[in-house]
Amino acid sequence: MKARFRPRDVVVAVVLAGMALLPLHAVLTGNSFLMSLCTRIIILAMAAVSLNLIMGFGGMVSFGHAAYLGIGGYVVGILAKEGVDSGFLQWPLALAASALFALAVGALSLRTRGVYFIMITLAFTQMLYYVAIGLDRYGGDDGMTIYRRSQFGGLLDLSNRTAFFYLCLVLLLLTSCLIWRIVNSRFGMVIRGARSNERRMRAIGYPTYRYKLVCFVIAGTVCGLAGVLLANHTDFINPAMMHWTRSGDLIVMAVLGGMGTVLGPVLGALALLVLEEVLSGITEYWQIIIGPIFLLVVLFARGGIDGLLGRIRA
Amino acid sequence: MLYFIEQCLNGVQLGMLLFLLAAGLTLIFGIMDLVNLAHGSLYMIGAYFAATFAALTGSFVAGAVLALLATLVVGIAVEVIAMRRLYGRDHLDHVLGTFGLILFFNELVRLIWGPAGMTLPLPSQMLTAVEVLPGVYYPLYRLVIILSTLIVALLLYLLVMRTRIGMLIRAGASNREMVAALGINIKLLFTLVFGLGAVLAGFAGMMQAPILTVQIGMGENILIVAFVVIIIGGIGSIRGAFVAAIIVGFIDTVGRAFLPDLLRMFLSNNAASSAGPALSSMLIYMLMAAILVVRPEGLFSASSR
Repeated sequence: MKARFRPRDVVVAVVLAGMALLPLHAVLTGNSFLMSLCTRIIILAMAAVSLNLIMGFGGMVSFGHAAYLGIGGYVVGILAKEGVDSGFLQWPLALAASALFALAVGALSLRTRGVYFIMITLAFTQMLYYVAIGLDRYGGDDGMTIYRRSQFGGLLDLSNRTAFFYLCLVLLLLTSCLIWRIVNSRFGMVIRGARSNERRMRAIGYPTYRYKLVCFVIAGTVCGLAGVLLANHTDFINPAMMHWTRSGDLIVMAVLGGMGTVLGPVLGALALLVLEEVLSGITEYWQIIIGPIFLLVVLFARGGIDGLLGRIRA
Repeated sequence: MLYFIEQCLNGVQLGMLLFLLAAGLTLIFGIMDLVNLAHGSLYMIGAYFAATFAALTGSFVAGAVLALLATLVVGIAVEVIAMRRLYGRDHLDHVLGTFGLILFFNELVRLIWGPAGMTLPLPSQMLTAVEVLPGVYYPLYRLVIILSTLIVALLLYLLVMRTRIGMLIRAGASNREMVAALGINIKLLFTLVFGLGAVLAGFAGMMQAPILTVQIGMGENILIVAFVVIIIGGIGSIRGAFVAAIIVGFIDTVGRAFLPDLLRMFLSNNAASSAGPALSSMLIYMLMAAILVVRPEGLFSASSR
């Protein structure tokens, strides 16, 4: 199973190789729009990959995953505003804050399941959204500009677009690799077992609640990293980073790419953001097209892009 | 003190509104096992219809009746075209499909009515205030909202508990397959229940329209609060939805009105005025968290319906 090359692996490899060559394209044409778009795709792909860890493998449908994008971004932004711009401080603090919030939300919401879980994760993220609106010092509803990206001494200059692009790409690969390792470890087996039959896993003697909680915290932390990158990419934070539609977008990416595969969400993020870009070029009212597309994907293309690729092989 | 009574009444009024939304959601979830995020869109559409028809006919009441009928038609159309295909699917499918519907409806409304909001002016006889207690005046229209919602709640109770359709609804909620096996047209029943939910949502949107601006996205924010209501009340329980809606409406309104002042007693003026709004918007979510710790299934679990 692991050794065989699947069509998906080929597509993902081609996509990633193509992305790695983008800075070259930017230098040659002098047009960095495509690179900027791809940086965004990579960052959101990281968020979608992390969501897929709990949703695709753990069966925990979180409708509030954008919260961690917001936390990562706001920690960076708030620290920058208060004069702390060292990445060595900002980044670990952002990850810790994301992990802490995931721990609190997970501990409460994992007591329930199914539709309760969906609504509760949504509600807690909405709470955070309103808190961010209430933070007048940090821009309130309008958000605020970050004037200086995270500083890493002389090690790395995030203001250099190409360097930042490669950093995001490498971090996406590293986090995907981490999640791949987790999924295929003993820990991951427990999580996947709990997804298909939690009662049985508990009967064998696994404290599934604790396993799921750890998994939830890992996913939140990885998404927090994506939030840190997003804030550094846009040089801007606002409450919309954790608006519920963003959480919905992340779910769409995971499902569109194919749940239950580590790299599927990368394809999903690519597909969704490119689709948005193309449709918004055609008409101002592009959401009137994309909404029904989501519905059609649900009704007819349940396995996502990965499922379609699987069909090509078969 | 006068201000306090007024805010309490406002809280009850918000609670009533939340009940209308939560009742529809919980009915649809209890019977069809369907998570309907697009419920907020029906609320929004009800408000837009009311504003449009009232302007066309020149009469608030005629506009309201037409708006309810139109929302019913839209609700049934949504059920027949989209929702029907989602029954029996994964909850994740419901979330995704109805998320798509929200985007569609928001954009459709923007296409038809434009990005600017609308207002629904009240008839002049509604603009007065009534003396509810000696010395306490309260806007007549808000009282009308409270009373009419109470009547709707009572009718809903009678419909569900005392009629044949209500019996089928309750039976469908506890065992769908058995009801179908007994020869009941379950498809029609589902359409009816969805239409009922749509009318309740449309009614809520219509009643709220004169108080707020009618605008795109008005449905989603209140929908998430309605979710909180359902979680607190217990999914599938109409009684739970009623109790929880009043608690949530009350705490949210009174918290927003008084928490900043309360904080000022302990904190510096500056800290209180910046923390107050953030903290008061967290109140209902903290209530939800607290209830989850004590009763993960909500105050009234579905079995005690």
